[in-house]
Amino acid sequence: MAHGPRTPFANPVVEWIDSRLPVFTFMQKEYGVFPTPKNFNYFWNFGALAMVMLMTMIATGVVLAMHYTANAGMAFNSVERIMRDVNYGWLLRYMHMNGASMFFVAVYIHIFRGLYYGSYKQPRELLWILGIVIFLLMMATAFMGYTLPWSQMSGWGATVITSLFSAVPLVGDSLVAWLWGGFSVDNPTLNRFFALHYLLPFVICAVVFLHVWALHVVGSNNPLGIDVKGPQDTLPFNPYYTVKDTFGLSVFLIVYAFLVFYAPTLLTHQDHFIPFNPMVTPPHIVPEWYFLPFYAILRAVTFDITIPFTHIILVEAKLGGVLAMFGAIVLLAVLPWLDTHPVRSARFRPWFRIALIGLVVALCVLGYVGAKPAEQPWVMVGQAAALYYFAFFLVIVPWLSKKEPVAKLPNSIHEAVLAEKGK
Amino acid sequence: MTDHTLPPHDAPADAARRDFLYLTTGAVAAVGAGITGWSFIDSMNPAADTLALSTTEVNISGIEPGQAILVQWRGKPVFVRRRTTKEIEEAKAVDVATLRDPQADAVRVKEGKEEWLVLVGICTHLGCVPLGTKSAEPKGDFGGWFCPCHGSHYDTAGRIRKGPAPRNLEVPAYSFVSDTVIKIG
Repeated sequence: MAHGPRTPFANPVVEWIDSRLPVFTFMQKEYGVFPTPKNFNYFWNFGALAMVMLMTMIATGVVLAMHYTANAGMAFNSVERIMRDVNYGWLLRYMHMNGASMFFVAVYIHIFRGLYYGSYKQPRELLWILGIVIFLLMMATAFMGYTLPWSQMSGWGATVITSLFSAVPLVGDSLVAWLWGGFSVDNPTLNRFFALHYLLPFVICAVVFLHVWALHVVGSNNPLGIDVKGPQDTLPFNPYYTVKDTFGLSVFLIVYAFLVFYAPTLLTHQDHFIPFNPMVTPPHIVPEWYFLPFYAILRAVTFDITIPFTHIILVEAKLGGVLAMFGAIVLLAVLPWLDTHPVRSARFRPWFRIALIGLVVALCVLGYVGAKPAEQPWVMVGQAAALYYFAFFLVIVPWLSKKEPVAKLPNSIHEAVLAEKGK
Repeated sequence: MTDHTLPPHDAPADAARRDFLYLTTGAVAAVGAGITGWSFIDSMNPAADTLALSTTEVNISGIEPGQAILVQWRGKPVFVRRRTTKEIEEAKAVDVATLRDPQADAVRVKEGKEEWLVLVGICTHLGCVPLGTKSAEPKGDFGGWFCPCHGSHYDTAGRIRKGPAPRNLEVPAYSFVSDTVIKIG
């Protein structure tokens, strides 16, 4: 990509290639000597960890697809065959199943890192939005992947989520028939979900490329949230952060391996091992854990929104829930414009820090409520937590932007690091 | 890159001609892309064989008052319930104006066949199959059906009474072929 002057490589083969297509120069510039703030903590591992999980999911997924049959009559049995008869099929399938959970673990911590240290702020707004796009694509991919084993949870989860679109005024029902390719979740639905489940990870790769490109234009944020002022503030990416990432990855993979080998079904539901029956809904439909907070927001809207003092319904409960759920993610994307406080890192924003911890608590509560039946007191608890979620973005953060005192920041990363060492 | 010297052209008559060509070419390309794109989109709609799933005939002679059966029509569950006199009275006694989706009991059944209630068994909230058809299943607070997914309660006319669902359970098009056989669709 770069057309600048090139330093020749000693190895003649590398040099032959690099003088024609400078991939080695590119890698050297972006991952070898790339100047990186010297004060990263372990929160800065999770982007790389998410990348490793994406590659793991694609590798295991491609092999699984060689044994899977995307047909409503055969899908469930083909997955059972993978588990019982295909060589190492049990391992590949459990790596893929739990890999999705670990991918979301990495991405949720990665998003939290961005929130806590203000990585979404100017000049990284577009980088942040690309991240939200990746998150949305991941959710779509994970949802469609969950449909493929054609279990009770697969079929009914797909029914509930596709039916969300029936809330769209006027064209809702036609839209759902178009998504299904029929009058219910059936073979045409399974076929298209498989095609898209195979396609979307590669779309994610493309957006990840843009995400990393945008990162390498403006450079990384850091725990202090202040800008890099010069070479004394940075270290070359290799070996300092390649080593730090490798250590973090090792710990992360131990957790992943524990899940795969000792608790492979811990994060799933027993109805996921019963073949899909379109005539019987399981008593309790729950999505995978990583969707629970958003599912709880969907269920929190149990009331119609009317014009005050009349019975004219503006937004009926179903549409309201759907709007709230998608709105919850849209709010994340517009956060750079809701939070206009000049300080990035929560380390220097004690008020924001408390509000943000409150958000994490609200999300955990929502996650817990999302797994509970739609009964009291869970409905009210969910509504309170959902209210806090929206208040955080629409009231608290804009208010803090104006009212929170601006702390005195360190002069440079270098100075702060030396002061820390001098203690 | 070598420099190309563009031939001088006379504005503004020439510019207007170029604009016209540009816009007409663009318009033709947009229409072509639209028509081609539609074939991709429409291919995802229900196919001819799916649409051809026509009607289902159901023998209802074996259903006692208070019982209900579940039949499949177009891949969807359909409830056929023979209501008791008490259930019919309950359904008629409701003040229609208080309902979320106001419908009198009379418009949800066939005249003279008030004891038969035929419903598409799909919750109007997010498409689950409500419980209450089998005798052992919970029937909800209003004696009709209860959706386990998000807690919608339907009454003995299949009308939404409580919970997130926006509309009453759908009544499919059906007719009595004889006193003991109905045709759905």
